[in-house]
Amino acid sequence: MAIPIIYNVRNVMQRPWTTLATGWGIAMVVMILVGAFALASGFQAALVESGSPNNAIVMRVGADSEISSGVGRDAANIIKALPDIATGPDGRPLVSTDMVVLTNLPRLGGTGGSSNVTIRGIDPASLTLRDQVKVTSGRMFTPGTGEVIVGRRISPRFQNLAVGNQIRFGQQSFNVVGLFEADGSAFESEIWGDNAVLMPAFQRTDAFQSVTFRMRNPGQFAELEKRLEADPRLGVQVKTERAFYSEQSALLANMIRFAGVLITLIMAIGAIFGAMNTMYAAVSQRTREIAVLLTLGFSPFSIMTSFMAESVILCLIGGVLGVLLALPINGITTSTTNWSSFSEVAFAFRVTPMGVALGLLFSVILGVVGGFLPARQAAKQSLAGSLRAA
Amino acid sequence: MNLLSLILVNLGRNKRRTVLTMMSVMIALFLFCALRGVLDTLNESIKIGSESKLITRNAISLIFPLPLSYRERLATIPGVQEVSYANWFGGRDPVDNSNFYAQFAGSENYLTMYRADYDIIAYDKPPPGAAVPPGMDPTLAAYMLEREACVVGEKLFKRMGWKLGQQVKVSGTIFPGTWTFNIRAVYRAKDPQFGEEALFFHWKYLSEKGMGGQGQVGWYTLQLADPGRAGDVTRAVDALYENSAASTHTETERAFQAGFVSMYGNVPFLIGVIGLAVVFAILMVAANTMMMATRERTAEVGVMKTLGFEDGTIFRIVLAEAAVITLGGGIIGALLAKWAIESSGFNAGGLLPPMTVSWATVATGVGIAVLMGATSGIIPAVQASRLKIVDALRRVE
Repeated sequence: MAIPIIYNVRNVMQRPWTTLATGWGIAMVVMILVGAFALASGFQAALVESGSPNNAIVMRVGADSEISSGVGRDAANIIKALPDIATGPDGRPLVSTDMVVLTNLPRLGGTGGSSNVTIRGIDPASLTLRDQVKVTSGRMFTPGTGEVIVGRRISPRFQNLAVGNQIRFGQQSFNVVGLFEADGSAFESEIWGDNAVLMPAFQRTDAFQSVTFRMRNPGQFAELEKRLEADPRLGVQVKTERAFYSEQSALLANMIRFAGVLITLIMAIGAIFGAMNTMYAAVSQRTREIAVLLTLGFSPFSIMTSFMAESVILCLIGGVLGVLLALPINGITTSTTNWSSFSEVAFAFRVTPMGVALGLLFSVILGVVGGFLPARQAAKQSLAGSLRAA
Repeated sequence: MNLLSLILVNLGRNKRRTVLTMMSVMIALFLFCALRGVLDTLNESIKIGSESKLITRNAISLIFPLPLSYRERLATIPGVQEVSYANWFGGRDPVDNSNFYAQFAGSENYLTMYRADYDIIAYDKPPPGAAVPPGMDPTLAAYMLEREACVVGEKLFKRMGWKLGQQVKVSGTIFPGTWTFNIRAVYRAKDPQFGEEALFFHWKYLSEKGMGGQGQVGWYTLQLADPGRAGDVTRAVDALYENSAASTHTETERAFQAGFVSMYGNVPFLIGVIGLAVVFAILMVAANTMMMATRERTAEVGVMKTLGFEDGTIFRIVLAEAAVITLGGGIIGALLAKWAIESSGFNAGGLLPPMTVSWATVATGVGIAVLMGATSGIIPAVQASRLKIVDALRRVE
């Protein structure tokens, strides 16, 4: 027969300070785990959602980011004429030849320093192609002029990136005329302008960094990839935009996750010791109670499971507390350099249901591990000895 | 009666609890010092680089090159002693993509400009019959006389299991194709901050094979005759090219390195927050244990007071118990962090100097442990010292 769980719940509630102190230790562990996963998910989401599964991106073979890629004008023209490219409402093909460069801009704020920001020169068709991009304040740049729009996530992080400011690249000044949103994707960390003006300003005339197009038939991507990569005139590699951005984010997101798990595991050992202390104390305080339970006919096994359950309840309280503490970070924007592209990416922490579930599961595991030895001790207690001790 | 022996006996009473608490404090301090070590390392990397060298790069960003033709003009600027230049070469290990190490293509005087910062620990001799110009460093002669030669850091050399004279293959990402280099020398950094994970090769090779001989340079390094004139030279260089097609941005080598650290954005802040959370969490655990220990001994404290122990003495005994636990755990944890982190030799593929946990951090950790002991012990200590004998003994069952 099992001991009712309410017995354990009451026991945990009976000693609120001990419960809270132990729970707090567990809460911090869970909070950091959930936080690290929120950081990694936020970063990954920002990048992955930059890409659409229906778009294909073409870069030079061997290049591991747009920055290190170069697609010559001739090759770009061949790609632009492909019959596989979907057409927009105006009947024109949905394709953009992008110039992508980095510029080093000073940060705003006390700590100072500077970081690399991505500048993307685009074709007019690019905005139909990337329909998630919307100008939210100011206005769109006028093609053919020295005007740029700035992603809303980096505008408050760097000097001279607000509407009405001027920035200088090389020999030319550009006016910031608008801020844009792009569903939280990494595009929001970029500066966009017209290729026809930007490319001469950066003295890039003979090559683009990438060619992106909407596929007429995304189902035939594999065939398209094979055909383009085999074309000796091109020397390119083709990826779906989604796959490209996933790869770009994988390295850093995995590193964040790895570091998060490592820190959490080390911390968890400390927290388990805390939980063990608490449970050992609980067992030794209730020597008589255990004896009574044994006398009443509860098996040592059910006593063991009961104490394990108590440990799990204790840790789960901590887990819930930790998740609650981690929730407010959801949506907070932070930034780092994406070492794949060597440029600044601003993104928001994203507390996912998966992260929360993982945190709670982890607290249960802590309860099981931390409660096992004390519970075993409780179960091994000899009836005669316990009653005599009492 | 010796108070210390009393404290030790008390600690030994519930050995399991003492050990568990000590271990949790140890782990907290280990983690705290390890995380602070990461910050230490980032801070260290700001200090790499000399104040007597300037780096001139393209004003837009490092990915834009500068013309080789700037070299002559730069050399004539007053205060500039010598000019070298280099390019970053982004190449990948063709076998294992994730195996990353730094690669630089430097001008013929690039390595000699930094000669004071490293020792050559192994080198090939130049081929027999080769004309070695007088004055050439004999340890670098084999490297200097061969177009495809390279010099690698000792750590990289060992990690990759390379041999002197071996051919190394790299596939270029910025400069496409497969590149081969012959290892002609191995260097060991005199100052560990110099790093030992890089591969240096000839800029000429890169220029001819990768850039079509267009004479483009990633950045210039200017050796100053007098570091005090860095400001003047910086202004002179940038003014000279302000209105040219490729305007420049010049800063000391140290500031240049610090620029990379600022790219970490909020990461140092996050690490700091985690460190504090760890300490705070374990503080609660330790305080809880101390309270448990004191509560159990209520009756005993009553007996001690009856025997004539003063309130102050009781207070000190309980506080000292907490201090021994946290201090013991703290010192072990902090030293363990220093040892574990520094012996791991992790250095982010040569992007950062080798990880260090400074003694200042160890001291901070131990200081925190003392503080932890004080805070976690103070409530039980006050409780025990204020306890009335009557109450204490009444609770005896």
